[in-house]
Amino acid sequence: MSILVFTLILLAGAFIAGMLGSLTGLGGGVVIIPLLTLIFHVDIRYAVGASLVASIANSSGAAAAYIKEGITNVRIGMFLEIATTTGAIVGAILAVYTPTHLVAILFGFVLLFSAAMTLRKKNEHGSNDSNSKLASIMRLNSSYPVNGQEVPYKVNGVAGGYALMTVAGVVSGLLGIGSGALKVLAMDGVMRIPFKVSTTTSNFMIGVTAAASAVIYLQRGYIDPGIAMPVVLGVLAGAFGGSKLLMKLNTRKLRILFCVVISALALEMIYNGFTGKL
Amino acid sequence: MKRLFSKSFWQERDVEMFIGQQLRWGVITSSIIAFIGGIIYLINHGTATPSYTQFTGAPEYVRHLPGILQGVLRWDGRAIIQLGVVVLLATPITRIAFSVLAFAMEKDRLYVVITLIVLSVITFSIFSGLGG
Repeated sequence: MSILVFTLILLAGAFIAGMLGSLTGLGGGVVIIPLLTLIFHVDIRYAVGASLVASIANSSGAAAAYIKEGITNVRIGMFLEIATTTGAIVGAILAVYTPTHLVAILFGFVLLFSAAMTLRKKNEHGSNDSNSKLASIMRLNSSYPVNGQEVPYKVNGVAGGYALMTVAGVVSGLLGIGSGALKVLAMDGVMRIPFKVSTTTSNFMIGVTAAASAVIYLQRGYIDPGIAMPVVLGVLAGAFGGSKLLMKLNTRKLRILFCVVISALALEMIYNGFTGKL
Repeated sequence: MKRLFSKSFWQERDVEMFIGQQLRWGVITSSIIAFIGGIIYLINHGTATPSYTQFTGAPEYVRHLPGILQGVLRWDGRAIIQLGVVVLLATPITRIAFSVLAFAMEKDRLYVVITLIVLSVITFSIFSGLGG
């Protein structure tokens, strides 16, 4: 296989990854890593670098659209980014001491968890009673538009959310993914923020979190231009196409199908990690 | 540009729209640069065999900005792609820098400090030498 063929196939694969990533809200990275390692037999370190770059492209592209609608809570995002960026740097340091087969196994488990997260019941409206002092000191309580009306919400469990965000940052830095599922779990599950606000705010944070570790990986040589080019272009085109398609398709069925595919990939990553093939 | 320094611009939440635009332009610019670099890279190396099974790391000169810029001056495809990657990495970081300004105009001292902490964590990451 020549570099030209490799580039073209990867471009097509990244396009599908970007499309599925935007349909499920998981981001392109979760498909990019299995695609590169299982199908192209690329070393997982190159895959981690490529996936980080894909996450930033995906997040920045989508964030532009969401901010416009006024759903993203910039204060919550910024406050929690202290946790995710420090976590991401810790993850990038840990990556040096983590054998690649262990990275593959961890990635598989995070993938299984992410698949389960996309199918769970969502906390639609958030909570309106909170006596969290920290939330009012940090001015995290806000409101968001629902059918043209501003609905207020209050934030709970700030300390717990912050701790879980640090974990999300470490996972992102170590495995090169956005860890959107963990971020949403922290905001939606622990801090009781309405689902729409937590998904868009999580997306807003993914780019910044990924950039914190990507600058380290760039210097380490994990980000190879020959892989980064088709991945960035493919994921971006796919994410754009995915958001157009989203309006026409039955996303519930698609989501279930995607979760099955992702779980199968996750199991294969875990299996290959244990047998030392990755 | 004049609008950028007027007080009403920052108070009217237009600033969030501006940040959204900045993100979009960052992504578009970076993909155009990566695309141009990709064409040059494929013309020069398209027939070679890819070797990513063993990890050797990206070529030394595309791992830091001075090397990338020198490569761009030589019309090196890999260096041009990597310049696109650098623009992409810079996009969310610039966004944080703009947020510092936005919070300062809102006289929100607490969030100026918080945003500056995030910015310094990322700056630390760039210059820490952790990437070796």
